[in-house]
Amino acid sequence: MEQIKDTQPTRSTKRNQERFGKTISLIATLLIVLVVLSILFFVLSRGLRTFTQHDVSVLDFFAGTEWRPGETDDAGNALVGALPMIVGSFVVTLLSALLATPVSIGAAVFMTEVSPKAGKKILQPAIELLVGIPSVVYGFIGLTVVVPFVRQLVGGTGFGMLAGTLVLFVMILPTTTSMAVDALNAVPRHYREASFAMGGTRWQTIYRVVLRAAMPGLLTAIVFGMARAFGEALAVQMVIGNAPVLPDSFTTPASTLTSILTMNMGNTVFGTLENDVLWSLASILLVMSLVFNIVTRWIGKKGAIKG
Amino acid sequence: MAVRPIETDVTKTSIKKLPENLTGVISTEDLHVYYGDFEAIKGVSLEFPKNQITALIGPSGSAKSTYLRSLNRMNDEIKGAKVTGKILYKGRDINASDVDVYSVRKQIGMVFQRPNPFSKSIYENIAFALKRHGIKDKNVLDEAVETSLKQAALWDQVKDRLHESAIGMSGGQQQRLCIARAIALKPDVLLLDEPASALDPISTAQVEETLLELKENYSIVIVPHNMQQASRISDYTAFFHLGNVLEYDETRTVFTRPAIQATEDYVSGHYG
Repeated sequence: MEQIKDTQPTRSTKRNQERFGKTISLIATLLIVLVVLSILFFVLSRGLRTFTQHDVSVLDFFAGTEWRPGETDDAGNALVGALPMIVGSFVVTLLSALLATPVSIGAAVFMTEVSPKAGKKILQPAIELLVGIPSVVYGFIGLTVVVPFVRQLVGGTGFGMLAGTLVLFVMILPTTTSMAVDALNAVPRHYREASFAMGGTRWQTIYRVVLRAAMPGLLTAIVFGMARAFGEALAVQMVIGNAPVLPDSFTTPASTLTSILTMNMGNTVFGTLENDVLWSLASILLVMSLVFNIVTRWIGKKGAIKG
Repeated sequence: MAVRPIETDVTKTSIKKLPENLTGVISTEDLHVYYGDFEAIKGVSLEFPKNQITALIGPSGSAKSTYLRSLNRMNDEIKGAKVTGKILYKGRDINASDVDVYSVRKQIGMVFQRPNPFSKSIYENIAFALKRHGIKDKNVLDEAVETSLKQAALWDQVKDRLHESAIGMSGGQQQRLCIARAIALKPDVLLLDEPASALDPISTAQVEETLLELKENYSIVIVPHNMQQASRISDYTAFFHLGNVLEYDETRTVFTRPAIQATEDYVSGHYG
């Protein structure tokens, strides 16, 4: 006892190691926070310059349909209406999520409920492979396969929101499927047992019990997929046609926030309206990804599986 | 406590037939259960009496739950499990492959170790299975919910909050809700797998009381969570040991004058 008492107040190597580890992880955390905050600050401060420095009205930016940065209309207002891109982004995001939802939930049900063995052996590696394919490859395939396919199917050039939707659908499929699998696996086994014990069939159990209980997780999966679709740039840019006009059909060239950004960011001079308005588009992307984040957190809190 | 080596002779068995005045409700003949290559149940033949409570006791690992789960074919849901032998119910072998397991489970209900209500309202928990079995009439559902909650001795406590979530109930209430849910389907037989093991003593007493009342209308097979519970509530007791049944008789006899030494050693706490 005496010995322990004596050694307690001294600074041992162990205590120093403890402090060292704590400091390192604190620094790492602070660094990340700092990077995130400075990106936020930079993008938003640049993006807001469109409205503060160049006197573009907020309404003209969000509701205007003419996108010709550098030109002005007869009244002298800059033609920087971002509505076509905003519409394009939301439409391809929603449509691809709409396509991916049934497919990924179906695949997830197969992998967890119907045939876990085949799911692990065949589907899991396939999905992991899909995740690893770079987006430029998706775009390339889209350009050489999907665009001609759409052209043959409905005519026109083939470039447009339909092609973009199809490419994005394949791209978000692995994200939504693997998250849906996690959601279904998180449903406690005793839920299934309870249903079986009352004479529930397999389908009744899956549809009425497992999917219901996993609903928050499945919603999160879909929102994550939407976040990915919303932010995807390269592959979409390659197949959507990049015409900054309000699309009147799914098969005429359109554009998204990301596609306009990647097309134009190298061609503008820092500090000009042409450049700042791109930062405004980037701000929208940033805010939207924040929204997606908040939504998933909110779903997670609301619907955590209880019991 | 010193661990005594098991020297008890476990080769002797004493399995009594039901007396004339009791009818059997469900029985097994030479039932084997395999998990892959492992033989968990090694040929069990038992007949359970109607409107009585039968307890399956035995040291852990003696496969009581496995046996119980095969009675309503719940082992079908476990991968790699195989059940051979006969399970006779209403004159039919319900272990046959052409039997509709879903209607079997409707008639032979089950309650699990851990209360497992769905995260739905109390009402919905009970109406759920009825709806799945095609009952849509609101009046019929209302009545079934009330009757089964009354039978499970839960009605008075929850009648004013039928549409609140079942997750907010106490453990004992949840387990009695699970019992109510099982009996709402009007089964013949109720299987209970350590239904009180996750409950405190008061809730345990409530559940036991419920079971004694249910005996009038249902035949019950239970894996009790300790021997005291078996002696308190059961009429018949089967003593399981490593996948075999060593003794089966009236509970009174098993606990006071067992026929074989192994049972004597187990019920007096010498091993297990």
